[in-house]
Amino acid sequence: MHEFNEPLITAWQLVAGADARLAGIVLLSLRVSLAATLIACVIGMPIGALLAVGRFPGRRTLIVLFNGLMGLPPVVVGLLVYLLLSRAGPLGQFGLLFSPEAMIIAQAILVTPIVAALTRQVVADSWSEYREQLRSLGASRGRAAATLLWDGRFSLSTAALAGFGRAIAEVGAVMIVGGNIDGVTRVMTTTIALETSKGDLPLALALGFILITVVLAINAVAYALRGWAERHWG
Amino acid sequence: MNTWLSIDGLSLTEGGTRIIADVSLTLGAQRTVVLGPNGAGKSTLLRLIHDLLHPSTGVLYWPRPLSQAMVFQRPVMLRTTALTNVIYGLKLKGFKTGEARRRAQESLARVGLEHLALRPARLLSGGEQQRVALARAWALEPELLILDEPTASLDPASSREVERIIGDIAASGARILMTTHNLGQARRIAEDIVFIDRGRIVEQTPVAQFFKLPQTPAAQSFLQEEMP
Ligand SMILES: Nc1ncnc2c1ncn2[C@@H]1O[C@H](COP(=O)(O)OP(=O)(O)O)[C@@H](O)[C@H]1O
Ligand SMILES: [Mg+2]
Repeated sequence: MHEFNEPLITAWQLVAGADARLAGIVLLSLRVSLAATLIACVIGMPIGALLAVGRFPGRRTLIVLFNGLMGLPPVVVGLLVYLLLSRAGPLGQFGLLFSPEAMIIAQAILVTPIVAALTRQVVADSWSEYREQLRSLGASRGRAAATLLWDGRFSLSTAALAGFGRAIAEVGAVMIVGGNIDGVTRVMTTTIALETSKGDLPLALALGFILITVVLAINAVAYALRGWAERHWG
Repeated sequence: MNTWLSIDGLSLTEGGTRIIADVSLTLGAQRTVVLGPNGAGKSTLLRLIHDLLHPSTGVLYWPRPLSQAMVFQRPVMLRTTALTNVIYGLKLKGFKTGEARRRAQESLARVGLEHLALRPARLLSGGEQQRVALARAWALEPELLILDEPTASLDPASSREVERIIGDIAASGARILMTTHNLGQARRIAEDIVFIDRGRIVEQTPVAQFFKLPQTPAAQSFLQEEMP
């Protein structure tokens, strides 16, 4: 019992004392995953909307593809981005490997299909409701896609938060392209993995607490936002 | 009577069934109401005329192309204010922001909703939403307004208000082409009745004559069932 309690107490002291090392890791995690989610939204939401309202050859194939890519294994994304960014790779000249930027790229690739697929679902639902009215008013398909993205902004924030939840919790991609360098590319998940394997449980546990709290908070925010939007805009 | 639309041999086949079957029709009255039993093809005919559906065969001949707007049975409101919903239609037609806003406000005032202009449109009552839809259509100053059972899901008071607005829109010069389940409403609004059944035009008759003495047995039995 003593064996189990002691790391817990130390972990709590780390969190409560706002330990500088801990804070650095948490902030880097948030920065990387927020940036990745932002990029994924900028790319994934228009793709999702066009998949929902567009009419072009290969649309169905793309829908199946994006739905499938939602389950992309992070380590495979990490490996691909590693190959792209490594010195001999096509983007090697930029020297991004083992930097936070590399981690942002990897997580953005991981999250974009999630955002695109969830966006497509939301937009497709309202497209079936709005289609005739928008066409009657003379909206082109592109304009309709933009309108539906705006109209679905609250539901879509849930898609963004789902993407962020996936990014902040994944370990495989950032481990490979970030290299888990102390003070540079060490984020919550990679630190947990490393410290646990070294037997340093307090730091791992403290980060585990924070990670779970962040994920729960994201869901609470998503839930509250939807409820507010439903009451406020119908 | 100035013909504004001639329809010749119009058919629509969907999955093997003919929803509209060889319809030929000349529309010239300012206010025409399409009547017919459920599933007769009224909504489909209006959608073909509004170019939301493409006919399998046949042609629509417009002596002069008319600007159109359509109001649907269930109003479709964007998640924004009533005013912005009206502005949205005007912007799609190319109006600049200031002018669009001015016209939208005027249009909402004409349907008696200026006091609700800044309310979220989707939280308005069904009748109020339908009036926003009418304002959105009217703001475009269409030469032809098409309405598909605009009062079907409304309470009697809201229905009367919507009917009053349709009358005002007609008085402002727009042609009206609509369907309704409410025969009293058809009688009050229409000059001409087009009666359709199973995708075919059964008769086209001036309104007074239609309600006094329909030309066909199908229309006679329809009136008997609807007005016992
Ligand atoms: N897309 C479609 N595919 C197959 N059948 C349809 C479709 N749209 C309408 N119908 C059928 O066509 C008939 C006419 O429909 P509609 O025009 O809505 O009738 P009304 O408005 O007179 O009640 C109905 O039997 C309906 O089930
Ligand atoms: Mg109908």
